[in-house]
Amino acid sequence: MRSITLALLVLFAPLSLASVGGGQTLVADIHHQVVANRHWLTEGQFVDAFAIARMSPGPGTLLVTLIGWQVAGIWGAIVASFAIFAPTAFLVYGLARLWARSRGARWQLALETGLRPVAAGMILASGLVLIEALEGGWLARGIAIASTSILMATRLNPVLLMACGAVVFVVLHGVLPG
Amino acid sequence: MAAAEQKPSIPTLMEFFVVVVRIGLTSFGGGLSGWLLREFVQRRHWLDEEEFLSGLSLAQAFPGVNVVNLSIWIGYRLLGTRGALAGACGIIVPPAILVVLIAALFAALTDYPLTHLVLDGVGAAAVGLSLQMGIIAARRVAMKGLEQIVIMAAAFVAVGLLHISLPLVVVVLGALSVSLAYWRLARA
Repeated sequence: MRSITLALLVLFAPLSLASVGGGQTLVADIHHQVVANRHWLTEGQFVDAFAIARMSPGPGTLLVTLIGWQVAGIWGAIVASFAIFAPTAFLVYGLARLWARSRGARWQLALETGLRPVAAGMILASGLVLIEALEGGWLARGIAIASTSILMATRLNPVLLMACGAVVFVVLHGVLPG
Repeated sequence: MAAAEQKPSIPTLMEFFVVVVRIGLTSFGGGLSGWLLREFVQRRHWLDEEEFLSGLSLAQAFPGVNVVNLSIWIGYRLLGTRGALAGACGIIVPPAILVVLIAALFAALTDYPLTHLVLDGVGAAAVGLSLQMGIIAARRVAMKGLEQIVIMAAAFVAVGLLHISLPLVVVVLGALSVSLAYWRLARA
């Protein structure tokens, strides 16, 4: 048991540092390592864990917590979560301190100005990818667009918006063709 | 829009932690960075849009989960080290416990077709959070001139249409864009 929690640490900590652009870039790597290389999970178990992590609130990377839990119970979950989140958390903390110390330096302004359009383009692109990947055809796309408009125009609490999305989808889903 | 420019106010550690935990536990369907924008900037005015978007850009270019990075970043900006710790714990620990509980119930839940319909509807509405954030970020970029618009368009095409991997886009386009910004600042 101790060796497998150690293996979780050794696998996920380096992956954490390689995850530029967000956790979703990791899924293919994790899948390869966990299913094909180490046989910790079957293909079906992995797909289930992925689906659960997606439907749960919180970061999608909690997939790793579930893998740890399946492999080595509660300690597996704790060690795997620590391995995937802690290294980059410390890095960002260091960056935040550095930022506060040299407020207004030229390299800092250049990074803030230069990364801004790249980030904006990537966020828009991920919006497009999300719309393309929606389950539920035009009805789902309609809800996504309505939800965007409501968020732009009002201060509605997102919890309420998610609830409305669910109700509208369930009610209209049987009425409209997919 | 006028309200978005209100003067930022600093929360207490407890207020900050409670909101982060609430986001962690209610953000069904994803789009967490959009939730943070909604709660921190638009509803509570803890920081302004400009500062949030700067943090978001760095959080994205840095390794790690964007929303965790962003939560630590904002926590540190608002409340120092204890804020960073509250941000990290609040966005990770409660949802991690919940995801294990949901996994334990999963077999029972998936037997109902209704579960899938509800999740599809929630997921569709949650896309709005990401899109809204994209629109707000793009609007700010568009105000800063043609050069920034061209870089934004290039990032959009590279990721959204050509499906080039994110790390590559961040490194290549990011380095180009940051060098250009540095050069302009040096000349000014």
